[in-house]
Amino acid sequence: MRLFGSAARVEPSPEAAFAALLGRALWPRLAVGLGALLGAAMLAAAIGPADIPADATARIILSRLPGVSLADSLPQSWRDIVWEVRLPRVVMAGLVGATLALSGATYQAVFRNPLADPYLIGVAAGAGLGATAVIVSPLDYTVGGVSLVPLAAFGGALTAVALAYALARVGRTVPTVTLILAGVAISSIATSAMSFLMINNSQRVHTTLTWILGGFNLSEWGKLWWVLPYVLPAAFIILLYGRILNVLQLDEEQAQQLGVNVERVKLLLLGAASLAAAAAVSVSGIIGFVGLIVPHAVRLIWGPDYRQLLPMSMVLGGAFLILADLLARTVNSPSEIPVGIITAFCGAPFFLYLLRMRQRAVF
Amino acid sequence: MLEVRDLTVAYGKLVALRQVSLSLGAGELLGVVGPNGSGKSTLIRAITRLVRPLGGYIRLDGKELGSLSQRELARWAAVVPQRPYLPDVFTVLEVALMGRTPHLGLLQSEGRADLAAVRRALEQTDTWQLAGRRMGELSGGERQRVVVARALAQETPLLLLDEPTAHLDMGHQAAVLDLVRQLCRGEGKAGLAAIHDLSLASQYCDRLVMLNEGRIVGEGEPEEVLSPQLLASVYGTRVSVFSHPLTGRPVVTPMSGDSRAGLEARGSVGTFRS
Repeated sequence: MRLFGSAARVEPSPEAAFAALLGRALWPRLAVGLGALLGAAMLAAAIGPADIPADATARIILSRLPGVSLADSLPQSWRDIVWEVRLPRVVMAGLVGATLALSGATYQAVFRNPLADPYLIGVAAGAGLGATAVIVSPLDYTVGGVSLVPLAAFGGALTAVALAYALARVGRTVPTVTLILAGVAISSIATSAMSFLMINNSQRVHTTLTWILGGFNLSEWGKLWWVLPYVLPAAFIILLYGRILNVLQLDEEQAQQLGVNVERVKLLLLGAASLAAAAAVSVSGIIGFVGLIVPHAVRLIWGPDYRQLLPMSMVLGGAFLILADLLARTVNSPSEIPVGIITAFCGAPFFLYLLRMRQRAVF
Repeated sequence: MLEVRDLTVAYGKLVALRQVSLSLGAGELLGVVGPNGSGKSTLIRAITRLVRPLGGYIRLDGKELGSLSQRELARWAAVVPQRPYLPDVFTVLEVALMGRTPHLGLLQSEGRADLAAVRRALEQTDTWQLAGRRMGELSGGERQRVVVARALAQETPLLLLDEPTAHLDMGHQAAVLDLVRQLCRGEGKAGLAAIHDLSLASQYCDRLVMLNEGRIVGEGEPEEVLSPQLLASVYGTRVSVFSHPLTGRPVVTPMSGDSRAGLEARGSVGTFRS
């Protein structure tokens, strides 16, 4: 973002800069973001083919709170539709959106490249390949109710990110051109391997295909356990490192001289971001560009400080994917279109714009 | 405070430092001088463990460098790098606060003590009034002072400066080095500065070490080290060395062939005859 030093611009006084820092400007922003997230969730829960009034939707959701009974007079079918069909879907979309945005922001910080995104660098495809391998295998892929699909996806994601990093690295930097090229190559290899596995396992091709196309039409509350055990610790670790990620935006030597163990931090955070992305992919298939658009929007609005960029990306990523999923199931109603089409439709032009603006990069 | 013994560092087959030994005490400002590629920056990189030595050791206050964690090391030694990359969108305050990184745990964020340290550092470097500005809007001199402020905010006993005055005009050169010297004399920090400009190094440093091709070729007070003979052999050019009229410290200028005759005619002292 280029700033024009016009004489009219009001200079923030040092005292004001200090006060802003002490006030930790994150909280009001987070409140705005959470408001947007909640609004998107309510909207998505209230809209659907079954004509359920918005106030009834709200009452059904609120009545789940202990001691609140507002929905007793409403038809059971309404309650089932809101609570068992729409809401799991909304929550899952929100969770996956938050996860993808967080992992995108983390890749951007670690690679110090604003175009890193789980989809573009091939991590999503790598995770998809790992997940497919487990889904098509004749073995049962749950152990004690916990699915192995996210773990297999994690293996694929880690392989992809390691490859992307090794291929794209030039000296101590990861230039955009090599990163995107490596991502394209890794994605092509992984998706062709995925197709190969599917064709050779035609008995499960339907399950795999519905999954790969992505989306949330199969969401149910139980599926949250596919994601949460992986996403929560990963997100926790990443959020702890906001301040260190800021320091990492300098060159690595400076970060090292400021006391950051650069190699260890990079390894830990790439691992966490890949785990989170893999868990998201394993429930929703490959959904592109969320990890690119959302952190960039946050950066443009609130600046590059990762301490607020990471949590803000999460809440807005959640809101964004909830709305994208709402569009996916309503624009062509009664049939659905894959949500990845909606995100790509928003994201690809944005990606081209960023590529074009690279000379005046945000960081 | 800092003890370097027989330090040998190589990048692949290229040996950058050969058996370098030096020591530095609190309150002292040591100037490291020498031509391009003589190993000045490598010495600073080795002290901050960016390169691993092939031989010899470095001790900070008696502790072996390898026994310190990266964070402990950063609480001992702060660096002002030569041309640090600083994203344009970061504010001066954000950059200076990064100096507090080694003092903060993962779960901590900057508290009042950190802000106080940063405020003091910004005031000392005369950049307090810039705190809210973005790095992209600063002049070269202002940038350099912010980097010095960041190193001061680190509150380390040892300060390492890699060409802190390169790319600065004379006024800013003097301001930065005055500050560094005052930090050493007044606050008892130990300073090690790689300085290109021999006259500047001579005016500000208590002692000089001259490196050439990775070896120490001269060490001592500026008057001892900056002899025309040594300078001519190290830099491969004729130089004149004068005494500063007020401080008595040596002033060094290169000499063109034409001017050499004129200087000799006026009986200038210390001219080297090849």
